[in-house]
Amino acid sequence: MLLSRKFLSDYVDIPENVTINELADAMTNVGNEYDSAQNLIPATNLVIGEVISCENHPDSDHLHVCKVDVGNEILSIVCGAPNCRKGLKVIVALVGAKLPGGEIKKGSIRGVESNGMLCALSELGLDSKFLKEEDYTGIHELDSDAKVGEDPIKYLELDDEVIDFELTSNRGDLLSILGMAYEVGAIYGSKVKDIDLSYKEQDNIDFSVTVETENCPLFLAKQVKNITIKESPTFIKNRLIASGIRPINNVVDISNYVMLETGQPLHFYDNDSLGKKIVVRMAKDGEELTTLDNEKRILTSEDIVITDGTKSVGLAGVMGGLSTEIESTTKNILIEAAIFDSVKIRKTSKKILRSEASNRFEKGIDPKRTYMAIDRCCNLLEKYADATIIGGMETVSKIKIEDKEITVSLEKINKVLGTNIKTEEVTAIFERLGFNVSVNNDIFNVVVPTRRGDISIREDLIEEVGRYYGMNKINGTKLVLPLREGHFDKIKRQIKNKMISMGLNETLSYALIKEDEVHKYTKDEFEHINLDYPMSEDRKTLRYSLLYSLEQIYEYNKARNFKDTCIFEIGKGFYKENGEYKEDLKLACLMTGKYYLDINNTDVDFYIIKGVVEELLDYLGYNGRYSIDTFSVPNELHPGVSANIILQGKEIGIIGRLHPNITKDKVFVFEINLDKLLQNRTSNIKFKEIPKFLGMEKDVAFVVKKNITNKQIIDVIKKSGGKLLTNIEVFDVYTGDKISNDEVSIAYNLKFEDNTKTLTEEEVMNSFNKIISDVENKLGAKVRSGEN
Amino acid sequence: MKEKIEALCKEIEEKVKSVSSVKELNDLKVEYMGKKGIITELQSGIKDAADKKEYGMLVNLARTTFNEEFDKKQRDLNELELNKKIESERIDVTLPSKKIRKGSKHPMTRIEEELEDLFVSMGFDVYDGPEIETDENCFQKLNLPLGHPARDAQDTFYLEGEYEKYLLRSQTSTGQVRVMEANVDKGPIRVVCPGKVYRRDDDATHSHQFMQMEGLVIDENISMADLKGTLEAFCKKLLGEKTDVRFRPSFFPFTEPSVEVDATCFKCGGKGCPLCKNTGWIEVLGAGMVHPNVLKMSGYDPEKYQGFAFGTGLDRFAMFRFGITDIRTIYGNDIRFLNQFTRGDEEDVTK
Repeated sequence: MLLSRKFLSDYVDIPENVTINELADAMTNVGNEYDSAQNLIPATNLVIGEVISCENHPDSDHLHVCKVDVGNEILSIVCGAPNCRKGLKVIVALVGAKLPGGEIKKGSIRGVESNGMLCALSELGLDSKFLKEEDYTGIHELDSDAKVGEDPIKYLELDDEVIDFELTSNRGDLLSILGMAYEVGAIYGSKVKDIDLSYKEQDNIDFSVTVETENCPLFLAKQVKNITIKESPTFIKNRLIASGIRPINNVVDISNYVMLETGQPLHFYDNDSLGKKIVVRMAKDGEELTTLDNEKRILTSEDIVITDGTKSVGLAGVMGGLSTEIESTTKNILIEAAIFDSVKIRKTSKKILRSEASNRFEKGIDPKRTYMAIDRCCNLLEKYADATIIGGMETVSKIKIEDKEITVSLEKINKVLGTNIKTEEVTAIFERLGFNVSVNNDIFNVVVPTRRGDISIREDLIEEVGRYYGMNKINGTKLVLPLREGHFDKIKRQIKNKMISMGLNETLSYALIKEDEVHKYTKDEFEHINLDYPMSEDRKTLRYSLLYSLEQIYEYNKARNFKDTCIFEIGKGFYKENGEYKEDLKLACLMTGKYYLDINNTDVDFYIIKGVVEELLDYLGYNGRYSIDTFSVPNELHPGVSANIILQGKEIGIIGRLHPNITKDKVFVFEINLDKLLQNRTSNIKFKEIPKFLGMEKDVAFVVKKNITNKQIIDVIKKSGGKLLTNIEVFDVYTGDKISNDEVSIAYNLKFEDNTKTLTEEEVMNSFNKIISDVENKLGAKVRSGEN
Repeated sequence: MKEKIEALCKEIEEKVKSVSSVKELNDLKVEYMGKKGIITELQSGIKDAADKKEYGMLVNLARTTFNEEFDKKQRDLNELELNKKIESERIDVTLPSKKIRKGSKHPMTRIEEELEDLFVSMGFDVYDGPEIETDENCFQKLNLPLGHPARDAQDTFYLEGEYEKYLLRSQTSTGQVRVMEANVDKGPIRVVCPGKVYRRDDDATHSHQFMQMEGLVIDENISMADLKGTLEAFCKKLLGEKTDVRFRPSFFPFTEPSVEVDATCFKCGGKGCPLCKNTGWIEVLGAGMVHPNVLKMSGYDPEKYQGFAFGTGLDRFAMFRFGITDIRTIYGNDIRFLNQFTRGDEEDVTK
């Protein structure tokens, strides 16, 4: 909302020494933020001058060399405008003037001295929508009564200042100069002045209004005849310009002017094109209407329309129809001032056009202003459009207009604000706001005028007190509450810390990805989730696996020549199941390039990333309860270098190398569904007696066919080793010349212990030999002897 | 005999002195002390000696001399050999160490955890709910009915076919609703809800996905002054001890009264600079007293309970704190960016 200081001053007195920035800051302190506060015309150092001679430039075919009288001196100025001529009153930018295009400096143009610039309106910083073509092509021609040496901006009555407010959505009342006047008046203790609403009437209205929808609680129509369409008086034009609205003609300008004053959007119809009645109803699905901007709109039953009884002539609250537009030939008009349902207007305007009118309807209208706006239009049309106001008004009203009465206690005010404000201070604040207040035993009974539609409960009044007392005067206090322990999700943090300590960078990527990618990196069958109207195809679908995001990060860094990428992320994977939206917490990890930072340049391999998974699971307390083995892996993984992570018989994740189809680099990933993992509770640490008797270790190497896995061998060893076998460790893996091509040798160190006694060689050998024969029999293994 | 022994002792001293290795020394031992060694032989001559006592003393002298000289030489030689070995083992300590690569915590996690720790220390719980939410939890129960103009401030992503039903949460304020509803006894609450939120927005200072943290305190006597005190602690923690906090009245549908909260510009310390547009203040969050309608809708009695809520974008704090100017850097995951966060927590953020 653009607030013109001159416009505001018509309704409330602001102390003259208050600068526009101070006014804007004072408004900010009561909750009305602004974007900018500045002169309407930002250009400086301008003066009215008269061209006393205008010669052709000796070295140019279009430049003029002028002598310009600026009052206290005669300046020589070179000017290129075709309309520059002797006797013209002009706007002169003196040396040192700051214009939006730059600062004016003393200089010479093709050898002739120039001490300033003659200005076109377009050079002063006025928005282009207020400019005509001649404001670009030539210098501005002031009327002959302009006094040389004086300020041209003042002469043009554009010496205004403007604050661009960014208002909060509850303060629809501030979308009017009157509303602003009450707010500013409350700050400076000034009373809002009365608006002239007087006019004479003739004859009697010959028009009827029917409202067939509950979405139009108030509709007023007034006839005005014999208007003269012409240019608006300067003050109306300039106030519109300062408010960001382009002046058109006196009648259209008055409808906008009154909307700015009162906050009530108005619509003027050409009464002769309209006919004798208006029917307000909901549009029919597919109903067509050509709006003022000459666009054909297809309506739905959600839109409110104004009709002449048969066809629609306007889109209520948003834009008028072309067929009843005010034209230069219009003689008789019908004024509409109405209130429409804010939610319906919001829907229609979102679909069609956000206008000054729709914005106000959305935020709520004071019904008193609806009546006031009609009177104000009549007053101005009589004065500035020579109009004859017809007596009587068509009124269709379903609203009661009454002020709200709200009570609030001093105790509650101070309890909420944490202050110690006195009764008199509170009373004074309500009075400044123009609310009627009575006090009884520190209970305030406040009558809130209809213009403040945002105030409806006790807490709203407390906010008013806070705003004008000064929210910033509230002193912070330390919370005094019973001691209690705060809880947070320690597991997530533990996982992150563990992963980081294992040398991984935590990433944070977007949950929205391309639809095509959502089923990658998983074999799960699931229904994926798309957005309604996504920002782009790249961000259309909620990810299920985080691995696609990590692959993207790897590609991004590789493209920047950064090939050592070891990253992880914890985030949600989304899917829909039986009509319900689900999200699972997942941990994903990608590793490639160097992991050990020694000079041997060890690259990441499967066993390194497997080590990361095991370290993590052991750290979380799942030691001995999980296994990593290949059952069924996604197509994006190398089928020979990938596996499933199984916890107590259920798959909780996958691990492996990216398929060579995706990248030729050796890139390894894993992903664990943390929700599935953490469903499995872990036991607490419980001290076990340290063995008092030394154990015994035995080494054995088995030669097996390559299709036999280490896990199969260990499973057999465990089973036959029994209680005495307390630890199994692989200490060597061999393939090569000394055994046959399809064989591998795996060497194990086995530890035997008994908590109750020292084991004898015989006891150990019994167990050890049983292990060997079991592995040999069950897996076709041979014990590898020393010689091979 | 005496002269002979004295000459022998002298000979021993010289011979031992000239030895340069353990082997030579051991050879000498054999030569003098072995079964057929010189001193051993002398010892066996005692049976023919006239004065056995003197003879014995003299041979003993020779033996002692040899042993002393031998031990001394052996110590010297051992030390010499050890020194040689030590010298041969000398390494270049300036060569690179053996370690795994460095991990790093994402700056957003750092900020989130710092704040969690602060609030947990003040007895707050940390709660993070689902990212897919109902319109009800994200808006309606926060006093934003369907069609409310304040919904414009957040351009929300709805799920396909679920307009005004299911959405990606656009604010962590959903946590307020969830925590209040889950609290069966409808008693006091102290909670912060950090988490990811989503809005239709993408430029240098806005990302369509970002992090917010909501705070909620409900009890019988919670005031705006308590809110200010809490936020002062919050801002000092994140932006430094010298940070002040300023309240400006504002509007949020779910709080009444509502305030925008500014903190002293961390860059200029409040003197005014381009970052704070010469105001000395930076807008850091929105807050207020929980609206009675919000309390009521989640089953709380607004006559008995009141409380405050605040919500803030954590990305902004990360940007302030680490001097990041483009929010897209945070979500870019360039390893060169991530590698700048390998060190542990900083104690004093004002440095």
